[in-house]
Amino acid sequence: MSEQEKELGMPARAGRPAWQAVLSLAAFAALVGLVVGVAWDATRERIADNEARRVLAELSAVLPPALYDNEPHRDMILVSWPGDEQRQVWRARRDGRPVAAVLTSLAPDGYSGQIRLLVAVTTDGTILGVRVATHSETPGIGDAIEPRKSPWIGNFAGRSLTDPPEARWRLRKDGGDLDAISGATITSRAVVAATRRAVQYFRQHRDEIFAAPASGAANKPRD
Amino acid sequence: MTAQTSTSRNYRETFSSGIWSRNPGIAQLLGLCPLLAVSRTLLTGLALGIATLLVICATNVLVSATRRWIDPRVRLPALVLIIAAFVTSVDLLFKAWWFELYGEIGLFIPLIVTNCVILSRAEAFASRNPLLPALLDGLGHGIGFLLVLTVLGAVRELVGNGLLIASLPPGGFFALAGLIALRNFCLTREAAA
Ligand SMILES: Cc1cc2nc3c(=O)[nH]c(=O)nc-3n(C[C@H](O)[C@H](O)[C@H](O)COP(=O)(O)O)c2cc1C
Repeated sequence: MSEQEKELGMPARAGRPAWQAVLSLAAFAALVGLVVGVAWDATRERIADNEARRVLAELSAVLPPALYDNEPHRDMILVSWPGDEQRQVWRARRDGRPVAAVLTSLAPDGYSGQIRLLVAVTTDGTILGVRVATHSETPGIGDAIEPRKSPWIGNFAGRSLTDPPEARWRLRKDGGDLDAISGATITSRAVVAATRRAVQYFRQHRDEIFAAPASGAANKPRD
Repeated sequence: MTAQTSTSRNYRETFSSGIWSRNPGIAQLLGLCPLLAVSRTLLTGLALGIATLLVICATNVLVSATRRWIDPRVRLPALVLIIAAFVTSVDLLFKAWWFELYGEIGLFIPLIVTNCVILSRAEAFASRNPLLPALLDGLGHGIGFLLVLTVLGAVRELVGNGLLIASLPPGGFFALAGLIALRNFCLTREAAA
C-alpha cells in the first residue's frame, strides 16, 4: 500500500511556495466551473420545457382549453403590483383577440405563510376559476382550499366584482356575502381578499395587460 | 500471475467492502441526515440513492485522475469544490430528465453535498489511488448507500401505510436500527460458524 502510494499517490509538496497552492485551487475552480457549465448547457432546454409544461398543467386547471387557441404558458408578462415583486400574468387569446388572463395573486395573511393563487378572469371580468398553487396551511383545517380536499375553492367561478358587489366581497362574518370554510376563517379570509385584489387589478390594467409584448424565458424562441 | 490474482482480489474487495463490511449507512453510520429524511418511500429512497451514486463515482474518478495536481495544502477545499460541482450537475440532470420525481426529492438533492460519505471516500481513498480502484470504491460505497436507502424506503412505505410513525423521522430511526441489528446478527452468525 505504501509503495503504491509512493508510486501513484500524492507527491509531498508542502515545501513549495504558497502561490502554488493558490494556483492549484484556482485551476480546480476553473475545472469545476467547466463541469457545471457543460451540465447547465446540456440541460437548460429540457428544464425550460419541463417548467413550461408544468405551468401549462397549472393553467389548464383554471382555463378551459376550448376558450383559447394560443399557447398561454408562452404568452406571459411580468407586471409589478404596488408594493411587491413582479408577478406573472398569462394571456389567453382566440383568433388573436384577448379572451382571458390568469393572474398570480399572493395572500400574505394566511394562517401560516404565503398562499399563492392562480386567478383566471375573462376580459369582461368574470372569474373562470381560482386554484391554490402553493400554500402551507394546516393539514385538516386550512388545506380545505385545495380542490381535492373540499369544493370550496370552486365557489369563485362565475363571480365578478358585481357578484357580489365589490363592497360585499368578503366573508359573511365580516359583513360580506361569501362563505368561509368552517374552522378555517383566517385562511378563507386571506384567499377571498387575494382573489378580490387580483380581479380588481385586472379591471384596472386590462388593456395594458393584453397590449404588452410577451416576456420571460418561457416565451423566448429556442436558440 | 500471483500478483495479478491478488490485484483482482483487491479490486473485488475494494468494491464489495462498501456494500457490506464497510457499508456507509449501516456500518460506518455516515450520511444519516439524508438517509432518514428521504427514505420515506421506495421511490424517493431509490432516486436519492441513484443521485448519490452518480455523485460519488464522478467525484472519485475526477479526484483520482487529478490527484497529482492537487496541492495537499488545498486538498480539502478542492474536494469540496468538486463535490459541489457534481451535486449541482446531478441536480440539473434530474430537473431535466426526471422532472416529476424532482418535485418530490428536489429539495434533498443539494443536500447530497453534505453527505460525508462522499468527502470521506474522496479524501481517504480516491486521492491516494489510481482510477480503476477509485471508481470501484465509489461504485461499492454508492451502491451500498443506495441499497440501504431503498430498503429503508420500502420498509417505511409498507409499514407507514398503516402506521403513521414509520413515515415520520422517528420511524426512520427505528427502521435503520432494525437494519443495523440485522447486519450485526448476520456478522455474529458468520463469526460463530
Ligand atoms: C393547530 C391549529 C392550526 C390551525 N390552522 C388553521 C388554518 O390553517 N387556517 C385557519 O383559518 N385557522 C386555523 N386554525 C384556527 C384559527 O386559530 C382560528 O381559530 C379559526 O380560523 C377560526 O375559525 P372559525 O371562526 O371558523 O372557528 C388553527 C388552529 C390551531 C389550534
